[in-house]
Amino acid sequence: MDNLGTFLSVLSQGLPFTIIATVGGILLTIVLSFVAGLALLSSSKTVRVISRIYVEGLRGTSEVVQLFWIFFALPVLVGFQIVPIWAGILVLGLNHGAYGAEIVRGAVQSVPRAQVEGAIALNLTPGQRMRRVVLPQAVVEMMPPFNNLFIQLLKSTSLLSFVSINEITRQAQQVLVPRFNPQAFEIFLLLLVMYLILSLVITAIMRTLERVAAARVGRRPSARSRRQATGAGVA
Amino acid sequence: MPSLDKTVAEPMIVFDGVEKRFGDNVVLSELSFTVAPGEHVCLIGPSGSGKTTILRLLMTLEKCDGGTISVAGQSLSHMTHNGRRVPADEKHVRDVRKRIGMVFQQFNLFPNMTVRGNLIEAPTRVLGMSKDEANARATELLDLVGLGDRIDSHPTQLSGGQQQRVAIARALAMRPDVLLLDEVTSALDPELVAGVLKLLRDIGSSTDITFLCVTHEMGFARDFSDRVMMFDGGRVIEDAAPEKLFTAPEHERTQAFLHAVVDR
Amino acid sequence: MNVWDWSFAAQILPALLDGLRITLIATVLGSLIAFVLGLVLAILGRGPTPVRIVVRAIVEFIRSTPLLVQVYFLFFVLPTFGVVLPALTVGVLALGVHYATYTSEVYRAGIDAVPRGQWEATTALSLPRMRVWTGVVLPQAIPRVLPALGNYVISMFKETPLLIGIGVYDIVGQVREVGGQSFRYVEAYTLAGLLFLLLSYPASLAVRRLERRSAVPR
Ligand SMILES: Nc1ncnc2c1ncn2[C@@H]1O[C@H](COP(=O)(O)OP(=O)(O)OP(=O)(O)O)[C@@H](O)[C@H]1O
Ligand SMILES: [Mg+2]
Repeated sequence: MDNLGTFLSVLSQGLPFTIIATVGGILLTIVLSFVAGLALLSSSKTVRVISRIYVEGLRGTSEVVQLFWIFFALPVLVGFQIVPIWAGILVLGLNHGAYGAEIVRGAVQSVPRAQVEGAIALNLTPGQRMRRVVLPQAVVEMMPPFNNLFIQLLKSTSLLSFVSINEITRQAQQVLVPRFNPQAFEIFLLLLVMYLILSLVITAIMRTLERVAAARVGRRPSARSRRQATGAGVA
Repeated sequence: MPSLDKTVAEPMIVFDGVEKRFGDNVVLSELSFTVAPGEHVCLIGPSGSGKTTILRLLMTLEKCDGGTISVAGQSLSHMTHNGRRVPADEKHVRDVRKRIGMVFQQFNLFPNMTVRGNLIEAPTRVLGMSKDEANARATELLDLVGLGDRIDSHPTQLSGGQQQRVAIARALAMRPDVLLLDEVTSALDPELVAGVLKLLRDIGSSTDITFLCVTHEMGFARDFSDRVMMFDGGRVIEDAAPEKLFTAPEHERTQAFLHAVVDR
Repeated sequence: MNVWDWSFAAQILPALLDGLRITLIATVLGSLIAFVLGLVLAILGRGPTPVRIVVRAIVEFIRSTPLLVQVYFLFFVLPTFGVVLPALTVGVLALGVHYATYTSEVYRAGIDAVPRGQWEATTALSLPRMRVWTGVVLPQAIPRVLPALGNYVISMFKETPLLIGIGVYDIVGQVREVGGQSFRYVEAYTLAGLLFLLLSYPASLAVRRLERRSAVPR
């Protein structure tokens, strides 16, 4: 057990990459989810079709394939290599944004039609109806499924070890295991616990945000926990 | 009470040969009627006869399949562009809609805003009022509906009757020429109904707003309106002053309907 | 060098299809484990409080941590206990266990949806415990969770490529091989992506259809 300190410090060296990839990926996911999700509800058929192609295309292909495609095929096509961590964030965001788009679409559609009609009766513009009335209510519904999605994204950052990004999984598998093979159990258990803690942090943040958003629409924070929102099957 | 010149002046609301279908279900056909400025008209009739549909057409929540609807001389579905009659664009619709307010059966207050937010949202964003002006107006209207102390409450913290009062204030905040009321008391507990109806009577007598209301409260229809229209099967089967319609209805269907409602 | 070479694409296709075979095998076997183990976890999760807490904790732990790390865990840790298994077997085990935590939630929701009256009726009839599950509860619960299970099979199919981490030569493994030899990555990875899309998109359409057909009012 005296190697535990070494394990911890080597794994910690990978932590910044894991965290940057997670946070960056989440930010890009949020942007793409809203853009593509609202596009799925657009009145223009062209916009809807383009968004549908993005969503189905990225959900239909494997994330690992997308990762390798961006790392190995894209540079051939565009003529330069993207900085690895940026490429990693790009893949995480593109992939999870496609799942997030469906979350946004579903939540917007779940806002009662009567709310939109109330806004029409007050003569708000279509943009104002969406921004001021529909989205603030939809956001509450989005929180539990987004929590799940972000945890999926955190887990996906481990794939970046395939493309030489020195995040925590790569630190364990490339640096520690070759040196301390008999202690693989301790190494990977420690690694798993680090992921568990990170995912608990995400859940804690999302629960807080959900409570804030729910209070703003005058609702008690829903009893719906993470488990129930899992049905969608984002993996 | 309508004075004589009001009925001669240009009507505030005109339905001319309006048709509305939902799929194969013809809800309104060849419907024509007018409402004079400042007139109070109640629509009564059996469930499913198309009363709500009329209000929703006026509020542009539905599109009509034929005929024309105009408010203050402007068509809801068409506009004049370079001297030609063309389908209305969003801007034209919004222009006409400015004159119309609506209060819903289920209130439809925005839960993501306080009472104040609900009241100042449209005045500031649609009418371009300043925040101060809109706030002053909100306070004034809440005092009018008897909720001056609840301005910073959330809609969910209010009773149904209070929510409906806020919804009425919210509609008035837009200074509409026409106010549409769709069974505004039917989602309320019985003891709250009288208060809301009294409020509407007060507003009716102190403003010159044109009212078009759907109601099942025959007592209210009788003393609030200048005219009552009885609907059945998507057409007006009787259109008369309340004293006449309630005491000596001409049409058999009206008699049967009033019988059923009063004997309830 | 032009970007896309059709003859090269045609030339590598057989190798990719061969890899796809491995991917499908892993998915099918992994799904079988996930279906069975998930059901066991779901039923245990309704057991007495201590069992329930332990099961829930294990499920939460596995769900919240990356499949890839769990794959490595089994791959590197099992041998230290003297258990040496082929990489594909390790991969199938990891896929199965990881997805069992997802399917257990699906089963749980399905079982919760069986009306209370059904349980009460089994008590009234004094049915034996085993019969309650096999004769009454599961026959009602499982049909309505089939679409959700189907979705997880599709998800697993798309996640299988991470087994290259332990050297399983599935479709992506083949791509790396042929792409690496010739330095023609565009055709290889694009084809691999298309193959995934070709299988998973129709599959998810089928699941959506099943969903609509078996949609039960909640
Ligand atoms: N959105 C819709 N889609 C399909 N049919 C509709 C829709 N809205 C109304 N209808 C139909 O139109 C007819 C008239 O409905 P409407 O709501 O106007 O009746 P109403 O007179 O207001 O009845 P109530 O007194 O019950 O409120 C009914 O047959 C109804 O089924
Ligand atoms: Mg109605």
